Amino acid sequence: MTALLSVQDLVKTFGSGDAETRVLRGLNLAMQTGELAALLGPSGSGKSTLLTILGTLMHPTSGSHTMLGVDLTRASDQALTEFRNLHIGFVFQFHNLLPDFTALENVIFPTAVREGRETVRARARGQDLLVRMGLADRINFPTANLSGGQKQRVAVARALMNSPELVLADEPTGNLDRASALQVMDLIAEINREEGTTFLISTHDEKIAAVCRRQIVVGDGLLTG
Amino acid sequence: MLYALKIAIRYLTASRAQTALLVFGVAIGVFIFIFMSALIGGLAEFIMARTAGDMSHITIQAEAVDPALVLPSDGRTVLLVQEASSQATAVLKDTPAFIPLIEALPGVIGTSQQINGSGFLTRGAQVTQVSINGLEPGRESVIANLASYITAGTASLGAGGVLLGKTLVEDMDLRLGQTVRLQSSGGVEALLTITGIYEMGSGGPDRRQAYVSLATARTLFKMPQGVTRVEIKLADLYAADALAPRIRALTGLDARSWTEQAAQLLEALRAQAQTGYILKAFALLTIIIGVASALLLSTYRRRPEIGIMRAMGAGRWFVTVVFVSQGALIGLMGGVFGAAAGYGVLLAFPARESFGPGQSGLPIDITQGAYGLAIILTTLGAIAASILPARAAARLDPVTAIGQ
Repeated sequence: MTALLSVQDLVKTFGSGDAETRVLRGLNLAMQTGELAALLGPSGSGKSTLLTILGTLMHPTSGSHTMLGVDLTRASDQALTEFRNLHIGFVFQFHNLLPDFTALENVIFPTAVREGRETVRARARGQDLLVRMGLADRINFPTANLSGGQKQRVAVARALMNSPELVLADEPTGNLDRASALQVMDLIAEINREEGTTFLISTHDEKIAAVCRRQIVVGDGLLTG
Repeated sequence: MLYALKIAIRYLTASRAQTALLVFGVAIGVFIFIFMSALIGGLAEFIMARTAGDMSHITIQAEAVDPALVLPSDGRTVLLVQEASSQATAVLKDTPAFIPLIEALPGVIGTSQQINGSGFLTRGAQVTQVSINGLEPGRESVIANLASYITAGTASLGAGGVLLGKTLVEDMDLRLGQTVRLQSSGGVEALLTITGIYEMGSGGPDRRQAYVSLATARTLFKMPQGVTRVEIKLADLYAADALAPRIRALTGLDARSWTEQAAQLLEALRAQAQTGYILKAFALLTIIIGVASALLLSTYRRRPEIGIMRAMGAGRWFVTVVFVSQGALIGLMGGVFGAAAGYGVLLAFPARESFGPGQSGLPIDITQGAYGLAIILTTLGAIAASILPARAAARLDPVTAIGQ
């Protein structure tokens, strides 16, 4: 395993003056490639904020953030957008698919947006991913016609489309029934095992966390375990 | 760009009813723009056809002769000067030499040599003062289209014939074929037969004008040779200002453009055109506001999707292009549909050829609909209108947007 990302003395505050809220208070974290890690902690502990900063969707107030040897702490919006597109995948709690597009169109979005068009190669890769997710018969279905579990599997496929080194999942099974949740987790574990993709999964579910090989616990803006 | 366009099209087709309503609104604006263009342009054509269309575009008038000295001066004091008289008619004598030169000029479609003066028309005990116009037979309709105004008889002027206006005929209780006495201001009389009655629709010519042949006018005004004026008709009446100096240089005579006499008409046409520009600008402004507000709503509605796209690696430029493309497509579709509808509706109106003298019809000129301009301006306007919503969309914080 090699170093994938590192954050040091990470501080994030929202608001100012009396309304200032310090969500992260000098957090330190390092991850290696190929890890399957659960991010645990009570609500308001700073899990989502940490995921958002690691996903380059937000700058920290202070501290440093590097990934794949690139200092992302103060990178420009454009640089972060390109980096995010190539190296980071997201899975959200509510799947967050584009509702007016088919399953395949949603999956290939990260590649199409980078290349400026939907290439044959991208479509083939998208189809492979959907087949792997058990959605071979739903490839050209509008996402509105899919079940919650199917939508979340499409979201996982989309997160993997550009073969990112890191996939950040924020409560990916929080909105699914037990069977669908375990199905999605099995898929994540399988991909992690076979492709070496690093997963950091924010969850409250101990059974989901138990599937992961590492548990990272956040409390009051710091790592506590 | 291609992929952003695909997403823009998908967004538009996903909300078909909203898009159709928006395109319809833009099309209405374009329709108004086109209708106003055709109406303002047609009205200008109509006014020109009904006024300057019957006017001489360039007129060569014989210059008035200076009053003669009856007694020579001693170098310091003028002893006696003949009083200027309206009866002392100035004459253009060299028309056979310069008329062919003028007619050879590009843009000149006809010339009319005339002898003009005043006189009295007598029928029994009735006497009316008239303006006498002597025209060349066969060229009666070169300037004013007399033939198109004839309500009885013929426009052809033969020896011993006279054309009178309908109002004058009615005032004096005359009929076609009757004989009248025409006396010039010089006192020469001629017995003439009414061979035609015309109605131009304006009081002056219909009440006070008498057209005779050039030969009759020579007799009446004791003018065995020459004419008092030459009127010139051009294919493009707006070319008169440029051509008049050329004719002056060519003939050495005082050739004047119609615009010198019709400054107020030109001013009115300019004011009318400006009014049209303002109305069209308002139509365009309505389109811009409509598109901008619709796209702002669309941006608001799609905030979560914008956040997702940004999270997946779509840059601000990409998001901007998606929304600007929607604006452009709405503008283009609305422009094309509005232009097509405008053209279709304008087809129902009479063609511009019917704007001419003696014709009727609403003055809407289908050829002046400015269809291409309307489509281009609408598309550009819609693009401009979409920039603000697009920028707002591109500036959205993805985390906040996804959270919604």
